[in-house]
Amino acid sequence: MQYMLLIYGGETGLSSMTEAEGKTMMGAFRAYTEALDAAGATVSANRLQPVANATTVRAPGGVVHIHDGPFAETKEQLGGYYLIEAPDLDTALGWAKKCPAVGYGSVEVRPVFAMPPA
Amino acid sequence: MSGEARRAAERAARDHYGRLVSILAARSGDIAAAEDALADALAAALRDWPAKGVPRAPEAWLLVVARRLLTSDARRRRNAAAALGQIALLTGGADEPAGFPDERLKLLFVCAHPAIDPAARSPLMLQVVLGFTAEEIAPLFLLEAPTLSQRLVRAKHKLREAGVAFRVPDVDELPARLEAVLEAIYALFTQGWSLPFEESAHRAALAADAIWLARLTVSLCPGRPEALGLLALMLHAWARDAARRDAEGRYAPLSEQDPAKWNRALIDEAEEIIRRAARYRQPGRFQLEAAIQSAHAERRATGVIDWWAILTLYDALISVSGSAAPAINRCIALAHVDGPAEALRQLETLGADPRLATSQAWWAALADLRSQVADGPGALLAYDRAIALQRDPTVRDFLARKKACLVEPRPASACATPRLKTTTAICST
Repeated sequence: MQYMLLIYGGETGLSSMTEAEGKTMMGAFRAYTEALDAAGATVSANRLQPVANATTVRAPGGVVHIHDGPFAETKEQLGGYYLIEAPDLDTALGWAKKCPAVGYGSVEVRPVFAMPPA
Repeated sequence: MSGEARRAAERAARDHYGRLVSILAARSGDIAAAEDALADALAAALRDWPAKGVPRAPEAWLLVVARRLLTSDARRRRNAAAALGQIALLTGGADEPAGFPDERLKLLFVCAHPAIDPAARSPLMLQVVLGFTAEEIAPLFLLEAPTLSQRLVRAKHKLREAGVAFRVPDVDELPARLEAVLEAIYALFTQGWSLPFEESAHRAALAADAIWLARLTVSLCPGRPEALGLLALMLHAWARDAARRDAEGRYAPLSEQDPAKWNRALIDEAEEIIRRAARYRQPGRFQLEAAIQSAHAERRATGVIDWWAILTLYDALISVSGSAAPAINRCIALAHVDGPAEALRQLETLGADPRLATSQAWWAALADLRSQVADGPGALLAYDRAIALQRDPTVRDFLARKKACLVEPRPASACATPRLKTTTAICST
């Protein structure tokens, strides 16, 4: 099964980090990503730019609205994701626990909907 | 013939429900589908058995048919991972009546998974693994049956769709889940314990099942003193089961029981297990309850009950358990240490809690303490309430006899109950 590890955290906390703190965090994420790769669990992974650079599109009734900013203003923002392959939720939760993001914010584990074969 | 086949099918389903669902679900990860398959297998049995006769091992027949149904169902299932599990099922062998694996413990731990709504965990265990009906479970959690059913459906859905692993958790996750599993096993035991004596086969089956599951848990988590505590508690209680009726078949409360009728081997085993648990120096609710049983069992050797020790144990128990029941039993012990007047005063204070004011145990204790302080009218009223709330006819008779003694004093031999009794349904009786 595939699981999406959605990384949430307060962007303000990130921007107020010292350079050394930022380096430590980046190092931890790099090591984590390498561990996932080495285990053959990674499907894809990305860090996202801050919500300041987000643009949201809606088209209620067919009329397209494009606006600056995220889908919803929240205290914690989606900052990145790991899409992983795992045999079960417990293995996915095991990976989530090791993710450095749990020390800064939270990791939401979502099973990927298995599409019926066409 | 048809009636016999129906009874055999129903008995096999009732006695083995949790076992069968656990085996079916452990392989597929889908509890709801396992339950559906078992229901369909039962329907097939009701069609098949009247004509062909009841199979030698009805539960094995149900398992094989349910598995087949589950497999054919899987072909249609969209979840590829689930289908893979089904293939394992196909190759799992069709005839294993003797070597039934007991997957229930695994499933109990799955139901206690942190990914499941905490409010759904215990009901899920009771329904899926231990075979209780939603109607039986709902009142335990002060819920309406439809609300409970909805909660159960949601939990089963999440277990399947989120792909929760059907296995015993790793050592670091065990402690967090163990407590709920122990609670469920104890609920199974007390369910049997509080059944009327007339249903002796069913009572014994539930108790034996709970003790067996506790033994499995202990072998799985040898370093957990509370698992040992629960096992010791149930062994102690069960050791006295035969003594809960006197020679005339009348109910005998703990302090009136003949210790010679207690099962010595079970008590010795329970004592050994309590000592093992104590070495970890991590007291907990079940160990303390077992220790209270142990103090009562001492009477076998000493002939007296050390109420002061029991009172101390109840104080410790109340400090670790949020449950209200121990507070009632503590008052009973207190009456022996500080006298009935003080115990009555404290028991009446407890009555401010509405859960206790409607509990049979509270009214029975009240009746007893009031009669000890010679409050005849108050005791009569409390006996009436205690009798009305008691569902076991044997215990009702016992209370009625005590009430009758109150109304018209008879020779001491007819009412040979000079000291206080407990009449709670759980293990203090």
